[in-house]
Amino acid sequence: MTPARTFLRRFGGLLHKEFVQIVRDPSSIAIALVMPVVLLLLIGFGISLDARNVRFGVVDENRSVESAGLFQAFANTPYFRPFSFLTSKAAEAALMRGDIEGFVVLRSDFSRRVADPIRAADIAIVVNGVDANNARIVTGYAQGVVATWLLGHRRDRAQPAVSPVTVENRYWFNPEIRSTNFIVPGLIAMVMTMIGALLTALVVAREWERGTMEAMLASPASMTEILLGKLVAYFVLGLGGLAVSVFIGLVVFEVPFRGSAEVLVAISSVFLIVSLAMGLLISTVARSQFVAAQLAFLVTFMPTLILSGLMFDIESMPRWVQAVTTVFPARYFVSSLQTLFLAGTVWPVLLPNLAMLVGFAILFLALAIARTRRSLE
Amino acid sequence: MWRRIAALILKEFKMLWKDRKSRMVLVVPPLVQLVLFASAATFEVTDAALGLWIEDRSHPAQELVSRFEASPAFHVVARFDNPQSVQDALDSQKVKAVLHVGQTFSADVAAGRPARVQLLLDGRKSNAALILQSYALGIVESFNLARAGHAVAELNMQPRAWFNPNFDSRWFILPGLTVLLTIVATLLITALSVARERELGTFEQLLVTPLRPMEILVGKTVPALCIGFVEANLIAVLTCLVYGVPFVGSIVLFNVSIAIFVLSAVGIGLVISSVAKTQQQAILGVFLFLSPAMVLSGFTTPIANMPDWAQALTHLNPIRYMVTLSRGIFLQDLPWALAWPQLWPMALIGCVTLGYATWLFSRRLE
Amino acid sequence: MPASVILEHLGKRFGATAALTDVTATIAAGQITGLVGPDGAGKTTLLRLIAGLLAPDAGTLEVLGHPATDRATVRGEIGYMPQRFGLYEDLTVQENLSLQADLHDLDEGARSERFATLLQFTGLAPFTGRLAGQLSGGMKQKLGLACALLPRPKLLLLDEPSAGVDPASRRELWHIVRTMAGTGVAIVWSTAYLDEAERCDSFLLLDRGRLLASGSPSDFTRRLEGRTFLIELPERQRHRIQRGAAALPSVADATIQGRSLRLVLKDGCDLPDLAQLMGNDATPRPTRPRFEDAFVSLLQGDRPTVAAPPPQDALAGSADGVAIEARDLTRDFGKFRAVDRVSFTVRPGEIFGLLGPNGAGKSTTFRMLCGLLAPSAGSAHVAGVDLGRARATARERIGYMSQKFSLYGNLSVRDNLDFFSGVYGLAGHRRARRIAWTIESFDLAAVADLEAGTLPLGFKQRLALGCALLHEPQVLFLDEPTSGVDPLMRREFWSRIGSLAEGGVTVLVTSHFMEEAEYCDRLGIVYAGRMIASGSPDEMKQRFVTADLPEPTLEDAFVGLIREHDSQGQAAAA
Repeated sequence: MTPARTFLRRFGGLLHKEFVQIVRDPSSIAIALVMPVVLLLLIGFGISLDARNVRFGVVDENRSVESAGLFQAFANTPYFRPFSFLTSKAAEAALMRGDIEGFVVLRSDFSRRVADPIRAADIAIVVNGVDANNARIVTGYAQGVVATWLLGHRRDRAQPAVSPVTVENRYWFNPEIRSTNFIVPGLIAMVMTMIGALLTALVVAREWERGTMEAMLASPASMTEILLGKLVAYFVLGLGGLAVSVFIGLVVFEVPFRGSAEVLVAISSVFLIVSLAMGLLISTVARSQFVAAQLAFLVTFMPTLILSGLMFDIESMPRWVQAVTTVFPARYFVSSLQTLFLAGTVWPVLLPNLAMLVGFAILFLALAIARTRRSLE
Repeated sequence: MWRRIAALILKEFKMLWKDRKSRMVLVVPPLVQLVLFASAATFEVTDAALGLWIEDRSHPAQELVSRFEASPAFHVVARFDNPQSVQDALDSQKVKAVLHVGQTFSADVAAGRPARVQLLLDGRKSNAALILQSYALGIVESFNLARAGHAVAELNMQPRAWFNPNFDSRWFILPGLTVLLTIVATLLITALSVARERELGTFEQLLVTPLRPMEILVGKTVPALCIGFVEANLIAVLTCLVYGVPFVGSIVLFNVSIAIFVLSAVGIGLVISSVAKTQQQAILGVFLFLSPAMVLSGFTTPIANMPDWAQALTHLNPIRYMVTLSRGIFLQDLPWALAWPQLWPMALIGCVTLGYATWLFSRRLE
Repeated sequence: MPASVILEHLGKRFGATAALTDVTATIAAGQITGLVGPDGAGKTTLLRLIAGLLAPDAGTLEVLGHPATDRATVRGEIGYMPQRFGLYEDLTVQENLSLQADLHDLDEGARSERFATLLQFTGLAPFTGRLAGQLSGGMKQKLGLACALLPRPKLLLLDEPSAGVDPASRRELWHIVRTMAGTGVAIVWSTAYLDEAERCDSFLLLDRGRLLASGSPSDFTRRLEGRTFLIELPERQRHRIQRGAAALPSVADATIQGRSLRLVLKDGCDLPDLAQLMGNDATPRPTRPRFEDAFVSLLQGDRPTVAAPPPQDALAGSADGVAIEARDLTRDFGKFRAVDRVSFTVRPGEIFGLLGPNGAGKSTTFRMLCGLLAPSAGSAHVAGVDLGRARATARERIGYMSQKFSLYGNLSVRDNLDFFSGVYGLAGHRRARRIAWTIESFDLAAVADLEAGTLPLGFKQRLALGCALLHEPQVLFLDEPTSGVDPLMRREFWSRIGSLAEGGVTVLVTSHFMEEAEYCDRLGIVYAGRMIASGSPDEMKQRFVTADLPEPTLEDAFVGLIREHDSQGQAAAA
């Protein structure tokens, strides 16, 4: 009996046990397969950073053909849903109530000013600044609508004008600038993180509680083999979760996928190992489940939402926060996924991310094994 | 009856306080999260890596370029002279955007023809891209204005942002963050409390005493309520003092809203706790509730931007109401009349969940 | 006999606590060595050290000729069965066995042969497809043993294999293990049951990490030859007499055994004059010493006797009538009938013991009577209150002490007392008085401000009992109150209970320890959901007196009753 065969038999036995347990315990399957579906659908459809159908007021004190034309210009874009107001006061009240998110004021001399090449037309734009992000976007759109209309108007009148410079925006990789396209890959990363951590943290704690871990440790199986057995089994399950998530991303959300599937599987596998190992580590570190709960939440959900680049741009954060984000593996995975889906297999981006993820995987695994061995003491 | 409840409440407080780990867990993570996320959660884009592909060397082009260089939003990191290098740089995310000024730019400008520049943006981060687009537009607008001299400006658009004149996204995020941190702490305490007692075996001892199910619930609710209060106020104070977010509304309204909010959170926590058989299940339950609830609350993205069915769902989410209220009170001096439509749904949720938890509790005893 | 395990000055610490100190012993092959001692004595730690799960901090350890540091080799040659058996509950019997076979690298031929032998040996052959979680306690035990025996180990370590299992299964298990010993395997059987210790070939007695005694049980017991006596007790005041006898200077130990008082004299002492204490002129007759007697007298040397507690304040409430009444009590869980028309009554001031194996319905019955579970049919009356109608009122008159420590571990003793007194509606002067009484009677003054969870087991137990008595209940429910506790503490506990009962408190207690059942006035045996027998301990023993067995123990009676019941059931089915 060669050592290799012995090892295989032992390991095979452990793996078989893990799979049988998974099949007989629905909660693991629920976590790996059902949770991603629910979360992706809910959040993917729920979040949108695009402004669409923004309720916007147009205060028309001028009531001319021109002002009506501008109103129509707002109505013609998918971004705005304009409402007409007779006075600024009425619009302000609507803004306070939250009925509209902003308004433009076209003063009584609007049409005259527009026709006059010398004097500028004053247009006030007021937006609700509470949501600064949205406000900025809405302002930008509104400015764009007005500028475009004016250009067209002047061209129709064949008026000579000091031609302003306009900006043509072209979006690389995401021409329709659907925010879904970049959020969904990020969501997949978040779901993978949660799956990994939850699966292993629960399972290991249960073995300790039931006393089976102790019996295992007294058998010829070594701690490494035991943990690896769990890892492999839950890895397979996690891959299933990944497949489901990617499927939803591609089919339901119609996110384009321009990279190579093999690279996707490779990077996702490494990340899955990282989050599984992280879950193992949490379960060894936190003996009290109260602490484990906070830890798990602190380490998986919140950082992935806020510090991984999923929603907020990392390079715009203060330097020290950027330094902190380097500690969260999700950051590298989010970046890889966004590139793989929208751009393609861009190695200058993917390679460094992959290297960091591999490093994390090794680190967490080593820590988990070391700490679990000591746990019996 | 009151004596019994008082004994229970006192015990809960002692337990939370005396356990060093749980004491730390109540104080440290919220502070850490507050500091981290307040600094990280910014929708502003600054120092965006910009590449320049300038094919025109004459004066107007130079002037436009120097405006971009001077802007705090952009940070020129590279200059290109061919499309391939531009493509590579965007692909590998070395630059977030590339300004392309064509050969005919200055000629067009001099001749009074419409002149165009191109802004190539990395759409992988479309939110940042949108914001950069609007910054660029602003820069070009000011270029137009200056070039036209004092005489004519086509258009004078002065955008004003109410309540937040500087478009400071912290003012937007932090009142919402206050709400999130409060509910995380409240939910975890409540959901784990019953499950922990059940696992440790102390719950059985409680059931043998004359305590009625209702009294047990009240006993669990009051400490969580107090802690939620303290946490919310603490974070709010920090938000104002450290981050300079204004607080123009009524403190009374704020605390009343927090009270109703925490009650509804406690209700949800108790329902999770009654259904879960172990602490692990309770943790899972909290996770599964909070993940979508936090995202679909208007915290990061406006509710109005969500599809209709999602908007309908948010009506069941107390976080949604409290976030609106919080922002309104911090930044808008929200009057009671306008606060009312947000308060009563939360109160309703609280009543329903607390009632359901009581019923579940009593049934569990069977 | 070759030595399988050699320990020399073995020591192990966990942080500041010394789990084992200076243990020197040998364990021989072909023998059953009993590892005896109460909870916290260090038995599990010692087993884990031998199994290679822990490393010693001091001393040396040699297992099967290998030093302890060579853990990998050791693990291949031993079988280890931890507490709670170490089984995978969601795997079938066969799958559990196959897993062990895989772990120990057995190939097909060896595997199938051993499976067949073990399954037949343990009687599990017809159950290979059943999930381990659905086996009864006794069957789980046997499966755990089968798994440990699969690799044909030379050393078998069993950590409390018989805890919580019915006596019949315990005997079967013992029989299996005895056969294994016959084939040359060295067996270490750790237990808190002192009667099991008596049957081992050799024993190691641990108390608080130290080895107090070792060697052959019969030698150990023989030291007490001539010092043990039985004397008949009058009808009333049994407990007071027992307490009085225990306090006598020449008496090492006095316990109630059915209708008799068992006396163990201190070394070199003569029989005291008991006539005045007993109020009768019964003569003590000598009796064979038991292992427990030797154990107690040894421990007595270390620890002083605890003085009997002062009597409780006089009880308000009915002293006549019925304190507990169960009538046709039934409980179903889905289709499974856990308790089937159980009826019995308990008079005020009586100590009633509910006995039965795990899963027989004893705990369910108990829970229904203390108001934790609602019956599916039948009625329960406690302290004059119908539990079906006024449960909350009933709870005000009931005190409850659960099996596991169920008070608030991270609160201080005083905080716990404050809480429970508040919850039971005590206030003001009465509250202060009761708390003071509890602290004094239960000797908690020294630890009043310490965290309850850090106290040693004995103190925890006292606190739990104290909290149950704060509100001066009429009826006291005790769920396995002395499991895991050493005999001295058990005696102390029962002397308190005895004095409570004499003050008029009714006590309903469940237990696995048959000797404990001797303290009860009456017993009820619950098996397969039915109450198959009830009566005083002596009445039960009487039924099984035979020529071979003139002095049956309660355990004999128990096993006999179950056998009777099973054969009746079979006859009825036939």
